[in-house]
Amino acid sequence: MSKNKDIQPIRKEDVVIKFVGDSGDGMQLAGTLFSDAAAIAGYDLATFPDYPAEIRAPQNTIAGVSGFQVHFGHTKIHTSGDLCDMLVAMNPASLRSNLKWAKDGATIIVDADTFADKAIEKAGYKVNPLNDGSLEKYNVIKASITNITKESLAEVEIGAKAAEKTRNMFALGVVFYVFNRSLDSTIAYIEDKFKKTPLVVQANRIVLQAGYNYANTIVVLGSRIEVAPAEMPKGRYRNITGNVATAWGLLAASERSGRPLFLGSYPITPATEILIELARHKSLGAKVFQAEDEIAGICSAIGASYTGSLAVTTTSGPGLSLKSEALGLAVMAELPIVIVDVQRGGPSTGLPTKSEQSDLLQALFGRNGEAPLLVVAASSPANCFDYAYMAAKLSMEHMTPVILLTDGNLGNGSQLFRIPKTADMPAIKPPIAKPNTEYKPYRRDPVTLVREWALPGTEGLRHRVGGLEKENIHGTVSTDPANHQLMVNLRQQKVDNVADYIPMQTVVGEPEGDLLIVSWGSTEGAVLTAIQELQLEGKSISMAHFHYIMPLPKNTAEIFSRFKKIIVCELNMGQFVAYLRMQHPQFSYMQYNKVQCLPFMVNELIEKFNQILEVK
Amino acid sequence: MKIDNTTIERSRVELTKEDFVSDQMVKWCPGCGSYTILSAVANVFPKIGYRKENFMVVSGIGCSSRFPYYVNTYGIHGIHGRAFAIASGVKIANPHLSVWVATGDGDSMAIGGNHFIHTIRRNIDINVLLFNNRIYGLTKGQFSPTTPMGSVTKTSPHGTIEHPFNPGELVIGAQGTFFARVTDNNLKLLTDVMFEAARHDGTSIVEILQNCPIYNDKTHALITAKETRDQYQLILKNGEPMIFGGQKDKGIMLHGTHLKVVTIGEKGITDDNLLVHDQYEKDPGIHLMLAKMMPPHFPVALGVIRSAMYPTYDDLVVEQIDYEKANSPIKNVDDLLNSGDTWVI
Repeated sequence: MSKNKDIQPIRKEDVVIKFVGDSGDGMQLAGTLFSDAAAIAGYDLATFPDYPAEIRAPQNTIAGVSGFQVHFGHTKIHTSGDLCDMLVAMNPASLRSNLKWAKDGATIIVDADTFADKAIEKAGYKVNPLNDGSLEKYNVIKASITNITKESLAEVEIGAKAAEKTRNMFALGVVFYVFNRSLDSTIAYIEDKFKKTPLVVQANRIVLQAGYNYANTIVVLGSRIEVAPAEMPKGRYRNITGNVATAWGLLAASERSGRPLFLGSYPITPATEILIELARHKSLGAKVFQAEDEIAGICSAIGASYTGSLAVTTTSGPGLSLKSEALGLAVMAELPIVIVDVQRGGPSTGLPTKSEQSDLLQALFGRNGEAPLLVVAASSPANCFDYAYMAAKLSMEHMTPVILLTDGNLGNGSQLFRIPKTADMPAIKPPIAKPNTEYKPYRRDPVTLVREWALPGTEGLRHRVGGLEKENIHGTVSTDPANHQLMVNLRQQKVDNVADYIPMQTVVGEPEGDLLIVSWGSTEGAVLTAIQELQLEGKSISMAHFHYIMPLPKNTAEIFSRFKKIIVCELNMGQFVAYLRMQHPQFSYMQYNKVQCLPFMVNELIEKFNQILEVK
Repeated sequence: MKIDNTTIERSRVELTKEDFVSDQMVKWCPGCGSYTILSAVANVFPKIGYRKENFMVVSGIGCSSRFPYYVNTYGIHGIHGRAFAIASGVKIANPHLSVWVATGDGDSMAIGGNHFIHTIRRNIDINVLLFNNRIYGLTKGQFSPTTPMGSVTKTSPHGTIEHPFNPGELVIGAQGTFFARVTDNNLKLLTDVMFEAARHDGTSIVEILQNCPIYNDKTHALITAKETRDQYQLILKNGEPMIFGGQKDKGIMLHGTHLKVVTIGEKGITDDNLLVHDQYEKDPGIHLMLAKMMPPHFPVALGVIRSAMYPTYDDLVVEQIDYEKANSPIKNVDDLLNSGDTWVI
């Protein structure tokens, strides 16, 4: 038995591990397999993949570094973590570009075999960082991963290239040992994934076990780390990414409303996984149309909406720009449609694989004419399910386009998801017109101002809609000035009325106090973690995190009025704060912004909030 | 000829023209070719025989695109160039509808060019009336992608310097399964060709050589005028030799790899030497040559040039869904939520 077994394990509340390497090194897979194992063992967790836009940038360069971060723990995990406790770096470039994310004293596992002169130089190091003392403050394990991997596969006839591809399993084995995790779920995955090539299964198993055994025998590793499982609400769980959760929320809304799902979409990073996921589920009747461009994506969805489908188009910022004109048509025709914008760094092509919150103003106002619609934002990978469902519900029940904002962090990040029962989800009742009822396209419900949805094929409801302004009630083409004003007012009022059908805004912490932190979207976890820490210190700080943006919840102003100071934190130059200044100009707002395509760090938020609290 | 489509429900009562008359004032210019097209549609919809609630007309932007307002069916007046994309969504979402697109040469060849070729490539079962007046009418007279080279228009005061599209070539180039061409002053042929378009399963493109009396008057006059039309119109009939001319004395022959106009009775040429039209031929070679024929050396081919049978996108969508429904273990969203790796805490 190993001597390590005699050493008391170190207990921790939560741990952050980051796997980094070259794009082809299998870091996304290693990270995913570790999170699955952690999830099955009962931890709460959040993950964050960090990969380049290029599929395979030149080997051993900084540009080609791909990473996957896992944050798991005993406590409720709200973010994928600021800095990591353990960094697994498969080559010099990945070490160099990620060292800044390692805590002082972090354990760093490197594949020492990759630190050859050429690779060191390519990474931008002048001398080998493993030998120059620059890593002194870390616990560095220089593992001979490449060579041990090759040696352990000496008996397996798999070829040198294929053998080298299993290096990620070695690293994973080491990590599994450190955290005392079972290899079972990973072995099961390998067996299933490569069932057609038994040699590959065998090789991956051997190398995984070799990594585990290696960790067991080396002294330098120190103690194993023990994290107690989280106390989660009872229920059935799974791990889910935001994009898959979005797709499933839409499927659930389709089933509950009885309206068939139609997705018209065009591949775009980081939204493509929603299209991929829905294309897999034809058994649930989903019709998925991969269009020739973004415009055809939304226009086909508008056509499908007219016929009575739950119509959806999915995209990211540049695609939303292309869809603007068609969105105006959906506003004018008052047809339900859900537009999912998985935001990324902009403007233009920007930073396709990175995340920011800079499409908010585009979502709110990026159309010609007075074109109000609903804007809703998810805040965690798992609640993408809920907000996709709500976006679909509100869209159909209120006959309006809804933009659902998520972002790259949410879409690709994963989290534990407590599986709901669809029967427990709120009912969805679209206002479908009955046959032969003297239908008028723009006759409205007197309370909600919602018009009826008359489906082609129904007797007695033939009618036309279109982009030209229409006469109130009758729906014939009209250029009458007074009628135009009336229709503009009605369309706005219909959207404003939705405030009566969304939940009230909640506050985390005391309902009044010195400082209110306002946020929206994927920053919820970081802001929440920061304010909880300050609340424990006795600071008067609360948080209002918004999911419903257009319209805002009815109690927004009332909440704002109870705080001495308000600061709006977002990953853009101040778009939500600009909107709040417009909607509720009676308050004075401070703002905290970051546009680096990185999530907020909990520590930077705490520092900022403390500064504000200190100024009396 | 009858319609064999069983996906779209047929009317139990006999319909007439009046069933499709809308209450809207038609606002095209006097003498506009669109009036005949509207009449032809009102003629043909009752003949096609589907329930009147199962017709749907979709358009983009332009003079032609006001069409949905003037026919009493379900309809969408869309945005510029996007009628094909909207109609694709309609047909895929509800294959029980007979979907008609009204579009112009600007709407479908310029701003909507991308949707045009991709819809055709997919062979989605929609019927397209392409009003080709070779000019932008609604914006008052700028050249379009079908305007002949050298034409003087408001935006080409010194003559256009770009090569025009021939819609038929685009259709066949995009693997189109149906292409027909007709003039706007031949109501009978318009009606017949529209019926053929409805009968064809797949994307049916009907190019209508249309006059714009205001901005491009007589643009098709050589083909449509009484004095010259016999000389320049070849009206194709399936299974019959290609004969034209006032005296029915001209014919089309295949000469090497080219078409050739010949005179029947001269140099020993008889009907037997002429090409016989086969609109159902899958090989598009001859169809493309026919679509490309232009005056002054050739007549213009009218009628159904191509009508080849291929599976439609919308049928294949339904086929895949039916298969998955029958074979997938995931029958509802609860099954999906609980599929794969899950665990109880």
